[in-house]
Parts: sequence; structure tokens; C-alpha cells
Amino acid sequence: MKLLSVERLQVAYGRIQAVRALDLQVGEGEAVCLIGANGAGKTTTLKAIAGLLPCRGSIHFDGRSLGQQPAHAIARLGLTLVPEGRGIFPRMSVLENLQMGAYVRRDRQAVKSDLEEVFALLPRLAERKTQKAGLFSGGEQQMLALGRALMSRPRLLMLDEPSMGLAPVMVQTVFGIIRQIIQRGVSLLLVEQNAHLALKLCQRGYVLENGAVGLADPADELAANPAVRAAYLGEA
Amino acid sequence: MNARKRAWLAALALALGLAVLPFALDGLLGPYWVRVLDFALLYAMLALGLNIVVGYAGLLDLGYIAFYGVGAYLYALLASPQFGIHWPFWAVLPLGAALAALFGILLGTPTLRLRGDYLAIVTLGFGEIIRIFLNNLDAPVNITNGPQGITAIDAVHLGSFSLGRRQEILGVNVPSTVLYYYLFLLCMLAVVFVSLRLENSRIGRAWVAIREDEVAAEAMGIPTRNVKLLAFAMGASFGGLAGGLFASFQGFVSPESFNLMESIMILCMIVLGGMGNIPGVILGAVLLTALPEALRYVGDWQRHLLGRVVVDPADLRMLLFGLALVLMMLFRPAGLWPSRRRQREFAATGEVAEQEQASLFDARR
Repeated sequence: MKLLSVERLQVAYGRIQAVRALDLQVGEGEAVCLIGANGAGKTTTLKAIAGLLPCRGSIHFDGRSLGQQPAHAIARLGLTLVPEGRGIFPRMSVLENLQMGAYVRRDRQAVKSDLEEVFALLPRLAERKTQKAGLFSGGEQQMLALGRALMSRPRLLMLDEPSMGLAPVMVQTVFGIIRQIIQRGVSLLLVEQNAHLALKLCQRGYVLENGAVGLADPADELAANPAVRAAYLGEA
Repeated sequence: MNARKRAWLAALALALGLAVLPFALDGLLGPYWVRVLDFALLYAMLALGLNIVVGYAGLLDLGYIAFYGVGAYLYALLASPQFGIHWPFWAVLPLGAALAALFGILLGTPTLRLRGDYLAIVTLGFGEIIRIFLNNLDAPVNITNGPQGITAIDAVHLGSFSLGRRQEILGVNVPSTVLYYYLFLLCMLAVVFVSLRLENSRIGRAWVAIREDEVAAEAMGIPTRNVKLLAFAMGASFGGLAGGLFASFQGFVSPESFNLMESIMILCMIVLGGMGNIPGVILGAVLLTALPEALRYVGDWQRHLLGRVVVDPADLRMLLFGLALVLMMLFRPAGLWPSRRRQREFAATGEVAEQEQASLFDARR
């Protein structure tokens, strides 16, 4: 039984079909990435799974059909999206942002200890607990977004372009953090422009082309595939 | 222990001050000002209600007065000779609040997808629709009596004890306006209590999150649709309650009391006082109710000093009002008495604006 299983997913913006008949699976504890060119439908796929876009096809999470459930109900099942551009609350403090991540949880003691853990994982946030999130650099905001997502105790974390707009050093840091999150047993569905990094981090990968899966292979095979290397890894 | 004692003493002093306030006003400025005070309390309730929608949830509502109208007309219809129905106030007031809440949801449902300016325009239209309905529901079946309004509305009374006339209490002669003052004060305190509890609740935090970023709030598991509807309903219910009190106090309602200018006035109260902060909102309501009344004296002064009225006090009122708002935007953009959160938000707005611009760009792509 796969943790997430998507079959024949279709999403359209008006008359434009952004995703057509897409199948993908993420197993328990597995890290999977979606790579592909701009407009291939990567972000659209994540948004549709999170319930932020109307779609057709079937999406099952942990054996349950997500059907047309609203996004907030899906978030409660442990399927957490960190949207492109991070979507932090800019005028709330770091602490308030993290607490919003645990909004749906009622186990106060566990939330408290999770908060400690997030601060241990992201010490930079601990130093700046009371600062407003909107004043952070892009990398720090991405860390906060990751921390906030962790506060919801996700079973599957969906990250949309975590490296976007970050300085190269910061990209390394953020990916280091994501690696640690995977090691904790959180499953990952990653959308990433930087195919090189994504394939190094994940076990499997899907290459999206025009709203459908072009290739689906273990990450090392994709990284060795000459066509992939030419198209997405910047090698002639 | 000592600090606690001091807090109790302060509360006691405040309670005593509020208890003797109408008598003091009556003695110092005359009975008319007690009436003004009553209206200040009504407007404070309205402003606190609108504060939930605009201040907490960040939904700009320009038709808020409609809920006041719904509450007032329900009271007028169920406690007046209009239909010969004379229900007691303790039944009609909660009913008015509930009906207003229903209207709040009615307005909220179709506007859920709208934001900012678009929401403001639709709510403005809603406010006008209600007023025009009230104005025209005298034919084919006469319900609201049209522009003439409904008269001879029952005063609030329990048995033979009516707030509508002078009462002798413990040897003290208490006029009707003072009796109503105490009732309004109690109701306002209840409204303040509910507001306070909401502000510091899960719902209150959800409202802040929606104000900040609706998509992110949804992704955090907040049912944004219902939470926004709740803001509309709660805010509207306060308006409905105030409307019922208004109808009984005034003894007369007509559609003219519920025009757009009133909605804007209430919005000004919370903007001036400090959006999102309960004491600030009350301060704004009291100031903006008292100011126009105080300006009436300016006409007398002019006659006294110059022999004639050079500038009509009514014109002067709007002039000063505009000036006050401009000055405030310049020097205290977060309001006279802002909440700490708003203060921080305003301080950071400039710096955050750039970031927001960037995320807006993302959203449009």
C-alpha cells in the first residue's frame, strides 16, 4: 500500500489542460521528486493534491480517497504543502508562525516538545523567535516554512521549489535540513528546478513533460540517463 | 498580591465612575448629553461588531449598518402597534441578534471569494439593498411603513417597570436616558467580553492568519470559509443587538437611520480609535459621537462673537472630521490607541511591503 497514490490526475485552467492523465506514487518513508521544464505541470500537480485546485482523477492518501475534499481537511490528514514562495505569515513573529503550523493539533504537550525539536533543527529560528517573519531573508523564510510544516507533524511533506531565489550557500543549507527531515521518516514529494540536487536527495524521480509523466525511474538511473542529463542536468 | 489589589481598586474606581457618569454629565452639561452618551454606547457596540469583521478578520465591510437596521426593524415590528405584537425585550433582542447573524452569513456566502476593494463594493451594495427594501416594503403589503418608519415602539420594560419613563429608585429620581444608559452599558460590557474571548481564541488566531495569507491559512488546516463566515455572523449579531436597543430607546425607526454615511462613520470610528484594539475602538466611537455634538456649540459662539453664523456647524463638522482623519493618517497611522499587534504590523509594513510585492508577483504568474 502506497502512502500517496495518484491516478489519471487531470487539472485544467479554463481550457488549458495543465496536467493530463498523470500517475504517481509515494511510498511510506520514501523521498520522490518531480522534475521537468517550466510549465510541465509540477506545481499544478502539488496544488491539486493539496486540494487547492479542482481536479479530476483519483488521489488516495493512506488508503483514503481525497476526492474533492477542501484543502484544510486534507492538511489535517498529515499531507502538508509548503507552497512556492513559502507562504509564511509575514507580519507574525517566528514563534507565531510555528504555532500556526500546529493549528489543528490539540495535544499541547507534544506541540511544545515539537517546538523544541524544530528549534534544535533550525537554531537560526530559535535565535530570532520574536522577530517578524517578513523581515527574514529568503533562506530564513524557507527554513521557517519548513519548520512550520514540521509543526503539523506531516506524514507526507510536499515542497514546491524550496531552492527558488536562494543564494547557492543557502540552497545547500536548506537541502541539508530537508535531508534531516527525511531521515526522521517523513515522506517527501519534492518539486524542484534544480534537478541535480533533487535527484541526489531522492530515491525516485518523475520527469514531467507537458502535463504527463515522461519517465519514472530510480533517481540514480535518471541521473545517469543521457536524455535527462542533456535536458535537465545541463550537460551536452 | 499588591498588584492584584491595585487592579481590583482600579476596576472598582472604573465601575463607580461609570455608574455616576450620567449624573455627572446631567449636572455639568445638561440632560441632552446623557442622550449623547447613550448613543456613544450604541455606536461603541456597533464599532466593536464591525471590528470583528474588519479589525480581526481583515474583511472590509462597507454595509455594516444594514445589520443595525435588521435588528432595529425586527424590534420595531415585534414590539409596536404596527402589527399589534408586543413581545418582551428579552425575547426580541436575542432574536434580532440571531437574525442579523443570519443576514451576516447571507452576505458572507456570496462574497467569500472576493477580497479587498471588490468585497467593499459588494458589501456597500448589500447595505443599500437593505435600506431600500425597508424604504419600499410598504406595498403591496405594508410591512415597514416605508419612509415614514415605525413609531410608538415599546420601551424596554419588565412588568410595570419601564425604562421609557422617569423612575423613582431608592428615593432618587432617575430619568429614562439614565436607565437606558445602564442597560446599554451592560450590553456593551457583554460585547466587550465576547470580543476579548474571541481575540485570544483559536478562532481569533485563525482570523489573523487569514488576514495575513489566506492560502497559507487554508494549508495550515484552517477552514477559511467557515471561519470567515463566523466573523461576518459574529460582527452582524452585535450590530443586530445594538439595533434592537436603538429601536426601543428611540421609540421610532425609519430607513434614513441606516444609510451609507452611518456605515462609513462606524468604519471611521475603528480606524480612528485603533483597529483591532477594544479600548481603542470604544474611544473612537465615543469621540466620533461626541465631537459632532460638541461642534454644535460653535454655531452659538459664532453668533455670540460675530453676530451671525459664518460657517454652518454642520459643514464645519465634516471639515474638521476630514482634517482629523488626515492628521491621524500622518501622525498616528495605526489609530489613536492601537493594539500592540497592529502597531508592530504598521511599523513593519514598509519593510514587509517589498516582500509582499514579490509574493504577489508569484501569485499572478
